Amino acid sequence: MPQMKNRSLVSINDFSKEEILHILDLAEEFEANPNQKLLEGKVVGSLFFEPSTRTRLSFETAINRLGGRVVGFSDSASSSATKGESLKDTIQMVSRYADLIVMRHPLEGSARYASEQSLVPVINAGDGANQHPTQTMLDLYSIRKTQGKLDDLNIFLVGDLKYGRTVHSLLMALSDFNPTFHFVSPEELRMPREYKLFLEEHGIPYYEHGELSEIIDEADIIYMTRVQKERFSDPMEYERVKNAYVLKRNMLKGTKDNMRVLHPLPRVNEIHTDVDASPKAYYFDQARNGVFARMALIAAVMGLK
Amino acid sequence: MANSKELKVSAIENGTVIDHIPSENLFKVITILGLDKISTQITFGANLDSKKQGRKAIIKVSEVFFQDHEINKISLVAPHARLNVIKNFEVVEKSDVTIPDTIVGIVKCFNPKCVTNNEAVTTHFSVINKKEVALRCHYCEKITTQEELRFEAS
Repeated sequence: MPQMKNRSLVSINDFSKEEILHILDLAEEFEANPNQKLLEGKVVGSLFFEPSTRTRLSFETAINRLGGRVVGFSDSASSSATKGESLKDTIQMVSRYADLIVMRHPLEGSARYASEQSLVPVINAGDGANQHPTQTMLDLYSIRKTQGKLDDLNIFLVGDLKYGRTVHSLLMALSDFNPTFHFVSPEELRMPREYKLFLEEHGIPYYEHGELSEIIDEADIIYMTRVQKERFSDPMEYERVKNAYVLKRNMLKGTKDNMRVLHPLPRVNEIHTDVDASPKAYYFDQARNGVFARMALIAAVMGLK
Repeated sequence: MANSKELKVSAIENGTVIDHIPSENLFKVITILGLDKISTQITFGANLDSKKQGRKAIIKVSEVFFQDHEINKISLVAPHARLNVIKNFEVVEKSDVTIPDTIVGIVKCFNPKCVTNNEAVTTHFSVINKKEVALRCHYCEKITTQEELRFEAS
């Protein structure tokens, strides 16, 4: 069994294939038995320097289901960062209060830096456009649960592939499982060169498409993403591309029976609400899986499992 | 007798000659090696003729001998630099700089949203390509390429 106790979880690239599979197995155990008081008497510092409803609530649910307690803040306006305190000082302090830190921060690389400053493990809950490893873990869990495996799948990534950190991390994590990728995005939001280079170096096939059309019939997984307004410096640019990649119920007609639609949420309009009733819509269950994946990760770094 | 080009910058008795520096990076090399803060004699010349580079710069530092890890810091700005160790006016050792596997400090991460550009954090890169320099940031994981290289003010 992989040894993950006292290790910070910063980037999905820090996990070996065996460690990923171990976490997914643990998540499965927590799904079968979600209330286990393994974290009783422990305090988790939840530091959200930028707001995030889903990730924060999912972490807090996971901690509560494990019987732990949470201290922290849900937005930097209510933290001492507004007084000009450095990230280093905040981490130095909180790591003397809590047994574990869960942090979301807008700066890229902030989680790695925090893990170097902290006396206790740090779980990255998103560092800007860089990494969001717990999201990746729940995505992998959702893929394995719906497909019965992680290997040899046709994965379609759709929408904002340039700024979307979830698709970048998912791409890296799946690279050990012999995937075929299809990237569907507007020209301006294409997959960055470093990821395409990575796939080429690892001999992983990928195809780029400008439109969401009948090509999706080959898909095992369609992973939709939101074209996020806050990632654009030019609001006109956002207005121009925001409606370009919308998935509708009638587009699912020719798709495979095992195909499932995933989305990290929040959804705005990129998946029409008429898709929600389709048995192929999986995004709300995917969000639920986040609680189990986070319970598994917390249990692993705290050495509880 | 040493050739006439060498003598445009006066000879030293003991110390190090750093040759084949791109002229435009002479002052960066001086800064990176901290030569602006030492007290021994330094002479340098820029825009000297070079068969290899067209124009080159040269630095002669008296009584200073560099360790490999120190001198390799200049490899990003002077990848073809050659070191001559001088004792008693004679060259006793020649070596070339090599790009190390990791670079700490010196270079800035090109990503404006990287934590290293916003908090007091020393940069740290893995060198993923030594030919056409490409550095992966240990923090934000983004790759800084040769064209994007910027150096930290010291």
